[in-house]
This record gives sequence, structure tokens and C-alpha cells, in this order.
Amino acid sequence: MGNDATTAEREQVNAQIEALFASHPPADTPEKEFWGAQFDHGLAWVQHPEGFGGLGVSPRWQAEVDLRINEAGGSTRNRYMNVLGIGMGAGTIMAHGSEEHQQRFLRPMFTMEEIWCQLFSEPGAGSDLAALATTAKQEGDTWIVNGQKVWTTLGHLAKWGLLVTRTDPDVPKHAGLTYFIVDMEERGVDVRPLYQITGEAEFNEVYFTDTPIPDDMRLGEVGGGWSVAMTTLMNERVAIGGNAAPRGTGAIAGAVEAWQKMHGEDGDAGLRDQLLSHWVEAEAMRLTAVRAKEAAQKGTPGPEGSTAKLQWADLNKAITSFTIDLLGPEGMTYPGGYEFTRPEQTANRDAGPHKSFLRARANSIEGGTSEVMKNILGERVLGLPGEPRVDKNIPWREVPRS
Amino acid sequence: MSALTAPAPVQPFTLTDEQKALTEMVRDLLGDAASSERVREVMLEHGGFDQSLYDQLVQYGLAGLTISEEHGGAGASFTELSIVFEELGRHLAPVPMLSSSVLGTTAIQVGATPEQQAAWLPGVADGSTRLALAHLDPAGRLDADPGVRAMASGDGFTLDGTAGYVIDGASATHLLVAATTDDGLAIFYLDAEAAGIERRAIDVLDLTRPMATITFSGVEVAADAMFGGNASAALHAALTAGVVMLACEQVGGIQQILSRTTVYARERVQFGRAIGSFQAVKHKLAETLVASESARSAAYHAARMLAAHEIEELRIAAPLAKSYCSDVYEKASGDAIQLHGGIAFTWEHDVHLYFKRAKASKLLFGSPKHHRALLADVLEL
Ligand SMILES: Cc1cc2nc3c(=O)[nH]c(=O)nc-3n(C[C@H](O)[C@H](O)[C@H](O)COP(=O)(O)OP(=O)(O)OC[C@H]3O[C@@H](n4cnc5c(N)ncnc54)[C@H](O)[C@@H]3O)c2cc1C
Repeated sequence: MGNDATTAEREQVNAQIEALFASHPPADTPEKEFWGAQFDHGLAWVQHPEGFGGLGVSPRWQAEVDLRINEAGGSTRNRYMNVLGIGMGAGTIMAHGSEEHQQRFLRPMFTMEEIWCQLFSEPGAGSDLAALATTAKQEGDTWIVNGQKVWTTLGHLAKWGLLVTRTDPDVPKHAGLTYFIVDMEERGVDVRPLYQITGEAEFNEVYFTDTPIPDDMRLGEVGGGWSVAMTTLMNERVAIGGNAAPRGTGAIAGAVEAWQKMHGEDGDAGLRDQLLSHWVEAEAMRLTAVRAKEAAQKGTPGPEGSTAKLQWADLNKAITSFTIDLLGPEGMTYPGGYEFTRPEQTANRDAGPHKSFLRARANSIEGGTSEVMKNILGERVLGLPGEPRVDKNIPWREVPRS
Repeated sequence: MSALTAPAPVQPFTLTDEQKALTEMVRDLLGDAASSERVREVMLEHGGFDQSLYDQLVQYGLAGLTISEEHGGAGASFTELSIVFEELGRHLAPVPMLSSSVLGTTAIQVGATPEQQAAWLPGVADGSTRLALAHLDPAGRLDADPGVRAMASGDGFTLDGTAGYVIDGASATHLLVAATTDDGLAIFYLDAEAAGIERRAIDVLDLTRPMATITFSGVEVAADAMFGGNASAALHAALTAGVVMLACEQVGGIQQILSRTTVYARERVQFGRAIGSFQAVKHKLAETLVASESARSAAYHAARMLAAHEIEELRIAAPLAKSYCSDVYEKASGDAIQLHGGIAFTWEHDVHLYFKRAKASKLLFGSPKHHRALLADVLEL
């Protein structure tokens, strides 16, 4: 993008930020009202067209918008509290939804009036998402859904779900999928908590028994669900890993704090070096995120989005684990004990080092495992040959499953 | 360590027929009595102490395995006890073996007079006494003085202060309290219910190994409750034994998660194949296999040196085993979560229990870094 165009975009974004702040002072406006106004000013997803929460500019400006809002005392916590919607659903609806969908869903998603969840994984279909078995059968203008989903984050709070189903078992697995938006309050939807390593139940199992979905809630073609699902996943990986937060924030802040508490005085040289080695990697990764944001194009992110997700996941695990080591004996504790609750959001930002340590174990699993990320980077970015596949060209029905 | 069971000659790594029989016996016992459901019930509802399993261990003579026959024990060595610990580690069995049969028993054997031993050890062997060692300050710092101070008063002493991170401290019947006195370190044997003692369970990461913070407010103890021998030597020997038995326990945990994950990798199918057929999965498991073999060697070596009272070699073998086994366990259990995928992140699945045991036992009795530093001192590096 030429410099003139960049300058023009910056001015356009700045003008909207100022207008928004003038009419809705971030620190004094109730959150929902502020987010609604933010949407109306095109500052929800700046890359979306005007009228759909955006300004039609490069997505690179979003980080700046969010930073300004935070600095002015406003909240951007909707982005992680409704991450399945704002981080993943929105991009999918923009790419594959009708204008009616876009008008209907985006604003209440951004204001958090409606929480979203992602109904992709099943007991038999995780990394191999295309193997999924939940069926949708067409009856006139309606689809009837049966099956079980699993690991459904925030399913217990969600109004809408992003659902992938099998509509044709007799074609190769990628070709027989269809994507819907499902109303979680519809009949036949049963959401059951799944308790996890921290004791909490962020995620759920969701059972569908003859649940009807109107055909106009379909995204993409019948049998075209795979490419819609890919859009969601590409957005997810960027939403998870591509956070260009300020220097020194995130997991590394916890490690620095633990260091200061435990070793600020003795200055243990070995641990100090380990801390700094993590700090350096965290900062290099952050700069990569900044660089990626600057280069980001409108539309669905490509496979390179997996770079950030992969590095972030493994680093976050390493740093949160190191933080526990820094705490010494206190690392053997779990302050407050395990509580079996169903939280209102994922991975509470102020969870403290112990819970963060446990929660981070999922980072290299959720949104695609690190092994799968490496396969994607090797094959789709580096262009290495793929593994021989036994499951690609035969009907889904005939593929072995566990 | 004269009061310990007589030193055995250094044993080879290969198990004798009797040791094999012991392995089988403990494995059978724990297979039935320390199932995952039972361990979970105990950790959530019984404060992490399985009385009925412990009673069975006592019946089989395992609680007093290293106590001499004269005091009602089995008169076996730490080589035998290491076998028991490996099996306990496989099951995360919530019983006070580390606290009572290793730390407490060894401290008494090394630091108490013959009369005191005759008075205190039979209870451990017959199950009526469960010991816990309270030797740390509230923050659990290894290099600090104990958190408890003993002042001479009348014929005895008065104890005041707080001890942190006492393993099985809440369920023990008796406490061995290390305290500073005007004449240096002393260890006292106390009824855990004595007046002035307050025990509070710590919220622990690893629910299968409970710990407590214990506060002493003007607790009166008689003079003959004080160890008559060398308290520092007793504490050192107890902790060395603790470190070595912990490493053996870690080996059992490593073995268990390796075999469970291997089974899963054979059964779980994605992309039309068992996930174990993917090299990313296979290589991780093969790496754990290699590391687990070395962990086993390090732990077994340390246990044999402990059994043979090879004090000089133990100064290398104990920190070697503790640092290496801790690191291997942590990595292996983390990989086990990864290789199971989402299912391993659930409370229902057992892998997280091993992962938490690995992290907590890594930090117990000093981190790998601490033990490597000890080793560096021995090696004069
Ligand atoms: C906290 C959390 C939240 C989640 N939230 C959601 C959600 O909201 N909605 C949703 O739909 N899903 C969600 N998931 C599910 C997540 O996407 C899956 O767990 C993930 O895709 C992995 O699938 P799986 O768990 O079935 O593991 P599996 O696919 O069975 O993987 C097991 C192991 O095999 C390895 N493996 C598999 N295939 C290959 C291969 N080709 N090459 C090399 N190694 C391979 C994996 O890397 C892993 O180590 C969540 C998961 C977690 C942990």
C-alpha cells in the first residue's frame, strides 16, 4: 500500500476514533452502549465495509483502535469474552453469509448481547475435523440435525453456534459437509458441562436430537461446508495467536513478577538468563505479530496465520510453567483450591500464575494442535510434500474411525 | 547411619526373585485398591488420605518395611522400599508412605536413642502411628531455619512458630518437629493432637499429596520427646531418603503415563489411521521411552546406594536422580496431555493428575536446579 493511501486510512480511522470518543467517552459510557457506538463508527472490525462494523480499511488499524480505547479507560474485553463470535464468527459471516446474516448478527455479537460458540469438534473428529459425523437431513426448507459435539467453549452461555454437519456420507469426507448457524435455544439442543484440568467448565458437550435449522441459516453451499469451516479456523488461529499487545504484557509479565518476588534480591544468574531468554522470544514473537498486522490484507487470513498460533502456544506453555518453578514451594499450591464452576469467559485474564499454568496446557491443542500447525506450515507455507493419505478419495462412510 | 537396618551389600540392578514377588504383590494390591475412581474419591472427599488402603499396606508389612524386625518391621532395605514407591507412583496412591515410612522412620532411626526407637517405631510398623515431618519455615525455604523455635521450660520445652509444607501434616497421628533451640537444631516427637497445635490443610496443586501448615502456640513437650542423637544428621538422612524414594515414585509415574499414552496412540484414529502412526506422535513417545530408561537407572542406582549406605556415592546419586527424574516426569506428562488432545484437558481424564504430581514433586525437596547445584558442589565445579 502506498504511503498516501496509508496516510488517508490513518486519518479516516483517527477521525472516527475522535468522533466516537466525543459522543461516547470510553471511561464513562456503559460497555454495551459503547461497543454499539464503536460498531456504528466502523471501529469494530475496521476491515469490514462501512455499515458492517468497519471502514473498509486495512485490518492493521484495529490494534491501534483497541489500544486507544484501552488508554482512554474503555473496555475491549468483548473481544475475548465473545471470542468465538468476534474473533471467528464475524469473519466467517462476512465471507460466506448473506447481507441479511451480516445485518442481523454482527452488531449484537459485538455488543455481547449474543454470545457465540463453535460446534466443530466431535469425540471422533478433532484434528481430523472433516471426519465429523453429526448429520443434517433436509426436509423441505428445514434441516434436521442429530449428533454430538464436544469441547464447545462457552456453549452454556451461547445464543448462536457455528455448526458443521455431514449432509452426504457417500462422498469423500471434505465434500459432504454443510455449515449452519444454529440457535442454541432451539429444541433438541442439550448443553452439558465438561469440567477441565482447572476444575472449571469453560467447555461443554452439546447433543442435538432432531434439532431443526431453517435453510436460510446455512452459510455457503450444501456440501460446501469445508471451505466455510476453513475460514473460521484461519480466523481462529489469528484470533488466538496474533495478539500485538504492548511489550512485556501477557504470560511474560507473570514470569517477571514472580522473578521480582522470589529472586529480585538474590538475582540468581541461571534463572535470570532463563527469564530473559523467554522475554526475548516473547518480544520477537510480539514484533512478528505487529509486522503481520501491518501486512494484513482484508479478507480471510492465510495459512501463515498458523505461525503465530504455533509459537504463541508453545511459548505460553513454557513461560507459565517456568513461572511456577520461580515460585518455588508456592508452586506446589493451588490458591483457593479447585472450584467446579462454569465461568462466564475463557481463561480469566487475572487468573494468577497457578491457574494460568494449567489453562495454558490447552493452548497447543485448542484451535488446532501444534502437530497439525506444523503440518500446515510445512505443507501449505513451505510447500513440502504431504503425507500419503488413506482417507481422501473414498466415501466418508468407508474411512476407519475410532 | 548406624541405627538403620544393617547396610546391604550393593545390589545389582536386576531384581532378585523375592523382589520380583514383592513387585507383583504390590502391583496386585494397588491395582485393586488404588483404582483411579478410588484415588479421586480420596483426594476430593477424604483429604487425600486413604485409610483403608493404608491399612492394607500395613497388613502386608509395607509401612514398616525398613523398620527392623526387633521393632515390628520387616527389616528390609531401601531397595525393597523403592519397589513399593515405584508402584505407589504409578497409581498416585494417596497414603502417607513418604511422610511416615520414609521421612519419619528414617529420622527416628538415625537421630533417636535406642529407647526412643523402641517406643516410637513399632507404632509405625503396626499402623497405629503415622508420622509427619515438620521441618520447614512457613514459606518452605530449604536454606532457612525451621519455622519453629523451642525454649527450655521446666523439665521440658515450649514450642512456638509455624511449619509450612508438611506432607500429610493434617492426617498424621504424630509430628516430628524440627526446631531451633539455644543449643542448635533439635527434633521433637509429638502427638499431633497436643494442645496448642493448629493444622491447616494447604490448597495444593496435586490433590493426591496433601500438605498442611502447622502452627505451634506454646506447645509443651517433655524432655524425653527430644531426639537423643544428632538431629542434623537425622534430618539430613531423612531428606536424602525422601529425595531418593521420591525419584523412584516419579519413575513409576513416568512409566504409567508412557504406557497409557502408547495404548491411546494405538487406539485413537484420525485421518483414517491410528495417531501413533504419525511420526510427530511416535517420536515424542520414543523420546519419553529413552528418557524413562535413564530416569529408571538413575533412581535405581540411588536406591541401591541408599540401601548400601554408600554415603559418598549418594551425594552424587541422590541429586542426580531427583533432578533428572523430575525433569523427565514433567516433560513426559506434558507430552502425554498433548498427545491425548482435548480429552486430556478434562477433569475426568487421569493425565492431568500425573501432570500435577510431576510439577509438584519436581518442586518438593528442592527443584532440579537446587539439586544440580548440590551436584556441582560435590563435583567441585
Ligand atoms: C480448551 C479447549 C477449548 C476448545 N474449544 C473448542 C470449541 O469451542 N469448539 C470446537 O469445535 N472445538 C474446540 N476444541 C477442540 C479442539 O479443536 C480439538 O481438541 C483439537 O482440534 C484436537 O482434537 P482432539 O482433541 O480430538 O485430538 P486428536 O485429533 O485426537 O489429537 C491427538 C493427538 O494426535 C495428534 N495428531 C492428530 N493428527 C495428527 C497428524 N495428522 N499429524 C501429527 N499428529 C497428529 C495431535 O496433534 C494430538 O497430539 C477445544 C479444545 C480445548 C482443549
